Amino acid sequence: MSDPTPSPLATAAALSGRGILLGRRNPDAVISALVMPVLLMLVFVYLFGGAIDTGDTRYVTYVVPGVIVLCAGFGAAGTAVSVSEDMRRGTVDRLRTLDVGAVPFLTGHVVATVARNLLATTLVFGVAFLIGFRPAATPAGWLAAIGLLLAYIAAVSWLSAAAGLLARTPEAANTVTFLMMFLPYPSSAFVPIDTMPGWLHGFAEHQPVTPLIESMRGLLLDQPVGGAPWTALAWCGGLLALAVAASGAFFRLRTC
Amino acid sequence: MPPAIETTGLTKTYGTTRVLDSLDLRVETGTVFALLGPNGAGKTTTVRVLATLAAPDAGHARVAGHDVVAERAAVRRAISLTGQYAAVDETLTGAENLRLTARLSGLSRKAAARRADELLERFRLTDARNRQTKTYSGGMRRRLDLAAGLVRDPGTTRVVFLDEPTTGLDPRSRNELWDVVRELSGHGTTVFLTTQYLEEADRLAHRIAVLGSGRTLAEGTPAELKTRYAGHRLDLVARDRQAYLRLAPHATTHDPDALALGVPTDGSAAHVRALLDELDPHRADIDRFALHGATLDDVFLHLTGPAAKEPSHV
Repeated sequence: MSDPTPSPLATAAALSGRGILLGRRNPDAVISALVMPVLLMLVFVYLFGGAIDTGDTRYVTYVVPGVIVLCAGFGAAGTAVSVSEDMRRGTVDRLRTLDVGAVPFLTGHVVATVARNLLATTLVFGVAFLIGFRPAATPAGWLAAIGLLLAYIAAVSWLSAAAGLLARTPEAANTVTFLMMFLPYPSSAFVPIDTMPGWLHGFAEHQPVTPLIESMRGLLLDQPVGGAPWTALAWCGGLLALAVAASGAFFRLRTC
Repeated sequence: MPPAIETTGLTKTYGTTRVLDSLDLRVETGTVFALLGPNGAGKTTTVRVLATLAAPDAGHARVAGHDVVAERAAVRRAISLTGQYAAVDETLTGAENLRLTARLSGLSRKAAARRADELLERFRLTDARNRQTKTYSGGMRRRLDLAAGLVRDPGTTRVVFLDEPTTGLDPRSRNELWDVVRELSGHGTTVFLTTQYLEEADRLAHRIAVLGSGRTLAEGTPAELKTRYAGHRLDLVARDRQAYLRLAPHATTHDPDALALGVPTDGSAAHVRALLDELDPHRADIDRFALHGATLDDVFLHLTGPAAKEPSHV
């Protein structure tokens, strides 16, 4: 008798388990994924923070959401590299002969990235508390902020996974994700936008990271956020849909 | 019984290169079939098309009774593929790799663990089950890869594709892998393997197709090929280096150190005499000669031409 065909959900779950296990077996990558965000926060708070005027808000409180969003980009870059390695090796051929499609395959990688990112985020919050981060968020505010962050991590990880399908080598995959890592800089993540040159305001105010940062900061400090969370959610949803559609097309393109 | 694999006019082009050029193959159920050819002959592309990983541009192929394009899912359920590039994860253990693959083919957690144990035992990897596969030898890794291809209920895997299964293996690992192929075949599984090594095809295969530039150059049992093409080989020893270099373009085997060359012949006195006259009209270049029954190497070199790069031997 033939074995039952597994559901895409079961396949994605099995591949997510693989992704997490592979991450755990690669301690160097885990350590850099965890240590780098903390180091970055310390650099911003102690080296740059003194020169940046964020009004009544302490700089550490101002910058934590930015560091977390920046690190989501770094973490996502790892997705592109691991996807591209699977494409280069025989893994993807084996998966295809098992009838595994693009979406469960990439979901496995994305879930592993999200898990790693959540660990890094927890660590950043912990260290931030130690050095004076004092949010005033309500429980609902925390939930909303974490939900938005998850949506952003999922979106950039999927974009990165799609880039990993297209890249011919893991090195090229790494380069493709540079944009995602760079995006938080010209936003309100680290410095207020009105301190930037005028020609940059338009981009900085309307790129996806700014509404995300503004909502997270507002939610964590229990300040009014206006429509920013909805704008951020729309960006993340749109990017996610784009990435999932693109990855299906790229997968067909690269596997024929 | 219908054939395990049947292709007609199979054609595949990458860019401007016609990798498969109207390929016709027929592999009977339960046999070992070797696709033999030099690098770039189209062996891997053939396997990829038959294993539903690449779509043909023209022609048809049926595997285990199903069309590789129209009934892709049915073909995938009936085959196992072990490609040239390892599909196992280096930082997972042998057991973890097999359990994962078993889960992906629809087994429950418990059934997957049981299937992994059976396969580790069958492929003599039980002792290494809890070691990360990066510590495995080349042969062990290849066996694990093959095992991972067979995690489906072995009864439903009817055709096993092995793309250059022994390339890069030491002789002992190669022999172990050959035993695995024989065992599979003994259980009634059809094995389709590609190889650059004539000895491998000769030892394992019931039938061999010699592939060159995406076409079948010859097809038959090892014995048939040996008698049909280049029944014999005339071994010549040149008188000196200059004579050797004059003779070399006509020969299919070369040994510059011994000034020895081999030329295919049908072995008849008339042909040998004519050949000697043609090669050495002034009767000055050839020192000695000897006649041998052909090996598959001779068939292969005869078919793929002296210009074809001599494949490296195991």
